[in-house]
Amino acid sequence: MKVRVKFAKDGLMVYIGHLDILRYFQKCIRKSGIDIAYSKGFSPHQIMSFAAPLGVGIISSGEYMDIEINSHEGRDKFIEDLNSVMVPGMRILNAVMLPDGTDNAMASVAAARYKVHPKEGKEFPKEVLDIAAAFDSMESIIVMKETKKNTLEVDLKPHIYEFSMDEKELNCLVDASSSGNIKSTQILKAFFDMAGLEFNPLDYQVIRVDTYTNIGDENNMKLVPMDQVGEMF
Amino acid sequence: MTKTALNDKILLKIDKPARYIGNEINSVVKDPASVDIRFAMCFPDVYEIGMSHLGMQILYNLFNSYDDCYCERVFSPWTDLDKIMREEHIPLFCLESQDPVKDFDFLGITIQYEMCYTNILQVLDLSGIPLRSADRKEDDPIVIGGGPCAYNPEPIADFFDIFYIGEGETKYRALFDLYKEHKRKRSSRKEFLIEAAKLGGLYVPSLYEVTYKEDGTIESFKPSAEGIPDHIDKEIVTDMSEAPYPENPIVPFIKVTQDRVVLEIQRGCIRGCRFCQAGQLYRPVRERDVNWLKEQAVKMLNATGHEEISLSSLSSSDYSALEELINFLIEECDKRHVNISLPSLRIDNFSVDVMSKVQDIKKSSLTFAPEAGSQRMRNVINKGLTEEDILKGARLAFANGWTRVKLYFMLGLPGETDEDIRGIAELADKIAREFFDTVPKEERKNGPVQIVASTSFFIPKPFTAFQWAPMNNSKQFIDKAYLTRTSIMEQLNQKRIRYNWHEADVSFIEGLLARGDRKLSDVIESVYKKGCIFDSWGDYFNNEAWLSACEENGIDIDFYTTRERDIDELLPWDFLSCGVNKDFLKREWQRAKEGVVTPNCREQCNGCGAFGLGGFYCPR
Repeated sequence: MKVRVKFAKDGLMVYIGHLDILRYFQKCIRKSGIDIAYSKGFSPHQIMSFAAPLGVGIISSGEYMDIEINSHEGRDKFIEDLNSVMVPGMRILNAVMLPDGTDNAMASVAAARYKVHPKEGKEFPKEVLDIAAAFDSMESIIVMKETKKNTLEVDLKPHIYEFSMDEKELNCLVDASSSGNIKSTQILKAFFDMAGLEFNPLDYQVIRVDTYTNIGDENNMKLVPMDQVGEMF
Repeated sequence: MTKTALNDKILLKIDKPARYIGNEINSVVKDPASVDIRFAMCFPDVYEIGMSHLGMQILYNLFNSYDDCYCERVFSPWTDLDKIMREEHIPLFCLESQDPVKDFDFLGITIQYEMCYTNILQVLDLSGIPLRSADRKEDDPIVIGGGPCAYNPEPIADFFDIFYIGEGETKYRALFDLYKEHKRKRSSRKEFLIEAAKLGGLYVPSLYEVTYKEDGTIESFKPSAEGIPDHIDKEIVTDMSEAPYPENPIVPFIKVTQDRVVLEIQRGCIRGCRFCQAGQLYRPVRERDVNWLKEQAVKMLNATGHEEISLSSLSSSDYSALEELINFLIEECDKRHVNISLPSLRIDNFSVDVMSKVQDIKKSSLTFAPEAGSQRMRNVINKGLTEEDILKGARLAFANGWTRVKLYFMLGLPGETDEDIRGIAELADKIAREFFDTVPKEERKNGPVQIVASTSFFIPKPFTAFQWAPMNNSKQFIDKAYLTRTSIMEQLNQKRIRYNWHEADVSFIEGLLARGDRKLSDVIESVYKKGCIFDSWGDYFNNEAWLSACEENGIDIDFYTTRERDIDELLPWDFLSCGVNKDFLKREWQRAKEGVVTPNCREQCNGCGAFGLGGFYCPR
């Protein structure tokens, strides 16, 4: 049985990186007594898959992981057991039973919704807001992406599904699939570059609102939060 | 609660911010306003090292079990944050409340190794606490040191208000009660320290005066006030089953060195290796009850969610109920998918059987610590391990599929000859031969034998039979490492033997500090002011800074290191007692010179003096 778990991360936990969150959940699951399944072999590990790694410093209200379990006592008890061992800053929001044959969490990710707002004492520069206002009329948003070997030109525009921005907040729904994953700060940085301003990522708080999977097809995407593909249990 | 002493910008800039935010599973949250005593417990090294220390977890839990005390943790900020804190004048803070250390009642520092001394000054300095006890004001925290290095506190005596001698479980309650009374009466810091010095087990350096002879050795060491004891006995837990133990240790977010449940099965060691300080300091052996350990293991696994458990003691093979305990753990851990990390056990049928159950033979290795290459030298150091023991153990393990062997030796032992050093290479070669004789060619499916021989340099330590012994200097150390290497290269199976040796310069400075006196406080402060911290981290150790600081302060390093002490010399730590008396150590020093072995505590009582302290094998 595969269960998809939705969780939120904020407060002090934003300083804990993805690999440590993984370790954290392994320990919490043991501590909670959830009957997780283990892989075979000499050093068995918990069968667990995370949707999309979250960068350090980012708040999220829509993180997902899938775990394989052998037995359970119902969804409410599952959520309660896991929440009872969480530290402040981590909260289990939902759990659903996945139908057999569902892709693992990571492969299921299609998009993510982000909010970005200036941290205390900071603001979006007027020049950047002016550029953002022209978003709909832009044909492309070219950024340079460094790979291990060389630098590639990437067009962000086709990967941005929704976009709006005012002086308080940037809102966007972007491609988060393994083939075209982009970050909200990449868009912001592109606008800063266009304005000829230096972008300091530490001035802005990024929030991942939710992570989505595609229940449509490649050409007619239908994006839904990742916990909407499962069933109550 | 998301209060942080460091702002978001700093936390996102530095390496591993998780070192500084607290909030871990099982960390204790209390309202600071609801307690009488705020205790900052410090391990003066980076978080990952400090959080791996069992003693700190024991005391953290004990202190927090008191309603009137809130104990929090503080570690050395790593060099990246250290720099930022100095530039931005951010005071050092404790992890739980994120409040400045300076606002606490106590700053307790565990002192596990000499090379952390500059980090002690870093912690004091960043906290805004005057480095020297003499300069502290009424509202500064009481700075108290403990741990093995407190057994020769003199080199750092000026930096501490109190040293706690021995095991922490016993005297803190009395000290806290005294402190509360002192707060109520509004008596002075000095008055409090005088009363503390009378509690027993506590050394208040400012209340003692030292005079020196013309040759630099100590002439007298005496209390300077009425009623202060001239001699301090160590504190010790006599009933291990009554001793507090953390049932829910803190689980760090980041991977720390000891990322597992640690079960302390016994304290002390029956083997009287003459170089080993821990073997004397923790005497006598006190075992924990096996049923208690089983319960404790289950509780701790439940409370932490750790995926590994390991046993802690100085010599686990000597624990009387080891088989029963390990068999229990194998069964329990198998159910839970928990790994067992075994300490290095004596290689026999039982341990080979156990190892093959819990380890991947291809990945694990056999460990032997002969410590010296020749039998003559092993008798000198009283290491009761013979060549036949080693070869027999290796043979057994090779027959069961093992191919990797780790060997640990020391160079620079008292009276060592070139012949003894060449013995290291010869022993390694004999082990390789044993492999080729034991395992026929067609059965070598895990590849040929791989031997790694490592040498460290011997550093004489207080309260050992070798506390009078001369230490080698860096040049001698390097020459001996070179001889070891060339001797290995002369062996038939030299291609199967890899050789590592420890850094010589840092060993030499450790030797200086280990048997130093009060005059060294100035050197340590000078070195710190030259910018040295994290001396135990090879990358940061600055030998030049130490040598020049010694010179500037008129300290002759050889006086402390290479000089053989006269048997009647008053040693800087003679006013302390670890239970083992000086006459016993003198006898052992003599026997070492004669190459005579002393039986272990189980075979026979040798009258070390610690028998009154509740030892498992001590005569009643």
